[in-house]
Amino acid sequence: MEEGVVNEILQGPLRDVFDSKQLITDVSGSGNNWAVGYKVYGCQYRENIVEKLRKTAEHCDCLQCFFIIHSMGGGTGSGLGTFVLNLLEDEFPEVYRFVTSVYPSGEDDVVTSPYNSVLAMKELNEHADCVLPIENESLFDIVNKIHQMINSGKLGSTVKPNSLITSSAGTTKTVQEKPFDAMNNIVANLLLNLTSSARFEGSLNMDLNEISMNLVPFPRLHYLVSSLTPLYTLADVNIPSRRLDQMFSDAFSRDHQLIRADPKHSLYLACALLVRGNVQVSDLRRNIERLKPSLHFVSWNQEGWKTSLCSVPPVGHSHSLLALANNTCVKPTFVELKDRFMKLYKKKAHLHHYLQVDGMEQGCFSEALSSLSDLIEEYNELDATKCGLRTDPSRLKIAV
Amino acid sequence: MSIVAVQLGQCGNQIGHEVFNTICGDVRGTHGLCSKKENEAYHDACTERFFSEAESGVPVARAVLVDMEPKVISQTLSIAARSGRWKYDDQSHFCQKQGSGNNWANGYSVHGPRNKEVIMNLVQKEVEKCDRLSGFFTIMSMAGGTGSGLGAFVTQCLRDAFPTSFILNHVIWPYGTGEVIVQNYNSVLTLSHLYQSSDALLVHENDVIHKICAQLMHIKQISFRDVNQVIAHQLGSVFQPAHTAEAGLHYSRNPLGDLMETLVPHPEFKMLGLRNIPQMPENSLAYSTFNWPGLLKHLRQMLIANAKMEEGIDWQVRPLCPGSSISSSHSTNKLLHFNTSLANLVILRGKDTHGVDVGSFRDPSLYTSWLNPQDAFNVWKTPRAFNKYEKSASLVSNSQFLLKPLDNVVGKAWNMFASKAYIHQYTKFGIEEEDFLDSFTALEQVISSYTNL
Repeated sequence: MEEGVVNEILQGPLRDVFDSKQLITDVSGSGNNWAVGYKVYGCQYRENIVEKLRKTAEHCDCLQCFFIIHSMGGGTGSGLGTFVLNLLEDEFPEVYRFVTSVYPSGEDDVVTSPYNSVLAMKELNEHADCVLPIENESLFDIVNKIHQMINSGKLGSTVKPNSLITSSAGTTKTVQEKPFDAMNNIVANLLLNLTSSARFEGSLNMDLNEISMNLVPFPRLHYLVSSLTPLYTLADVNIPSRRLDQMFSDAFSRDHQLIRADPKHSLYLACALLVRGNVQVSDLRRNIERLKPSLHFVSWNQEGWKTSLCSVPPVGHSHSLLALANNTCVKPTFVELKDRFMKLYKKKAHLHHYLQVDGMEQGCFSEALSSLSDLIEEYNELDATKCGLRTDPSRLKIAV
Repeated sequence: MSIVAVQLGQCGNQIGHEVFNTICGDVRGTHGLCSKKENEAYHDACTERFFSEAESGVPVARAVLVDMEPKVISQTLSIAARSGRWKYDDQSHFCQKQGSGNNWANGYSVHGPRNKEVIMNLVQKEVEKCDRLSGFFTIMSMAGGTGSGLGAFVTQCLRDAFPTSFILNHVIWPYGTGEVIVQNYNSVLTLSHLYQSSDALLVHENDVIHKICAQLMHIKQISFRDVNQVIAHQLGSVFQPAHTAEAGLHYSRNPLGDLMETLVPHPEFKMLGLRNIPQMPENSLAYSTFNWPGLLKHLRQMLIANAKMEEGIDWQVRPLCPGSSISSSHSTNKLLHFNTSLANLVILRGKDTHGVDVGSFRDPSLYTSWLNPQDAFNVWKTPRAFNKYEKSASLVSNSQFLLKPLDNVVGKAWNMFASKAYIHQYTKFGIEEEDFLDSFTALEQVISSYTNL
């Protein structure tokens, strides 16, 4: 809802990729206010948005999925973004909606980000098929790790520049990179790996609809923790298969996750491994067997693994792995969010900015809060089953 | 008589391709080890079964390829055509863009009815190319959405449209530790539906074939292609021409019918397992020799002890002596993990097959008490060696081979069903909880029947 960013894209190296008619901008932005984004701009631009969406959809032979990419803490991405999510459900009910959301960190500079996030969460709970939460802190940590690796000057190891998960392959180093570029490239790579099996051939394909089918056992529990490996490739050509196994181990280490959470100590509901490159089914099986004992899976899904093999690796790598986990470890993230929300809400701080927007009432806040609380409660119930000894339900008896 | 193959989903198409490859390679190979006349008869019988003639002279596989996304089919068609030795009919395929999302309900209730006419038209066209139709051989996996769901629907349609033809479903049992998280649901739904329309289900388990690749074929980094090639070899050893006892000097003209007649005496028992020996890497073949008594002894023990391959067989398991009362032998058999059979078929291919003694397979203690062992066992032979193996023996068995895997799958699916996980994904497309319950009931019945053999 302001012109600066979109204009930059249209003047940058990718200007030919985007259709300049397919954009909507306004001037004043949403003032970091979810209500402005959702209620004001939502109503104002609804027709325009629907029309542009229809036009793009018509170009598709077969439309399978929408990707919504936004942040939760601001006004436009959060408010107008979730408005569009709603709209997509109304206009294209059969098309999957994947949302990549950047969650605000504790030291976020936007004061009202907890309000915006919780209000947006309600929409995500109800209207998204699948959400991939991302935290800036994790992205930042990954960027730092890579810098350390490059600058440590370890003897004999050189990193292939175009294999960095933080660089867009092909751009020269002389172009000054803007502050968030490295972090954003990580998210871009996430989306690339997610769609790789749909774009390239492989011995075990996986479409986007399969992600939702396999990883979402209950409609509202659709938040997936993602982790990407490898972060870089060493120029050393002789890659022993131990390195392949190392890739799998890394995918389950916290250094490679895109959100701060601890899946190993929480309960897995389901897990997907999307492998690219020269990896075969025996490598997959070996590593699943190896990693399984250290992970806790819910009792009714002890072997809850979804796997896919795509033959084409990413640029600069011989193989890569994206792990998506539906795990109760997202609960602490949401609990923290709720706490930050409550801190402001109890004092009614900044509330008037929202309530003065047409169509916004106190009820919206309390509904959003209860939606988030319910979600946290669902995760709690699942966690409770983790420790207890559960007997298998008795089977049907047949008269002989 | 001819067999029309229907390849469903990624798995079905990848395996189907390897099967035709293996059959073609075997027929054109020079390792027949038999007379020229025998070779020609074999060649003609095989061609009639699996290929039709094209103007170009390149044999065209009698197959219909179906998938809900385009990548696999286009790959399969092009690889086959590039080989120059055989190809698929350019028209005989159908695909969509979307895939089934591993969702059985999507394959069965949405893609099935929507595309029924087109698919059945393709099948009809292939059928019309045959002089006489023996029946259908469908290849699918149980774990995914297209092979399983659409496959179950297509099988039903085939049964409705061709009531007098035989239908043999080749079903791939997925790896125990997940390829697909909802694979147990998909498997339960598939098996229960197939049981109603199909004549028999020939099952291959990925875990078993994987072990064969690792321990017998000594493959270090096993790919799906390796797995599929082993499966294709095993299938070829069953479907390539052979002399049945009645046909005598001629190759059997009705392969599917003969198979059903020997192996499926009762409609409650349709699960067939397959074992084949020997299996070894191709470059070891030249250095190995085998004798029939040795091969048959191993094969018989594999049957009794439910061993998956010729290594690691439990030789302790033995049938009980005849003469003990039926009830005691039954419970003791269970204790010893003895595999009771309903019907067995042994197929011998290669040198010196005439005069081979298969009497050990006629032992009444191998079979359930309510059948005459004379009827329960059959042997087919051909002097023509298969796929470069000087001697090879296959066993197709209707026995308790698949009881444990079936019980496992139903158990896991039931466990998940009790917590209602993922059910909303199925009800979205019209498969309700009652449908699940019906499927569970049907399979518990099958489990019970096989347990009480």
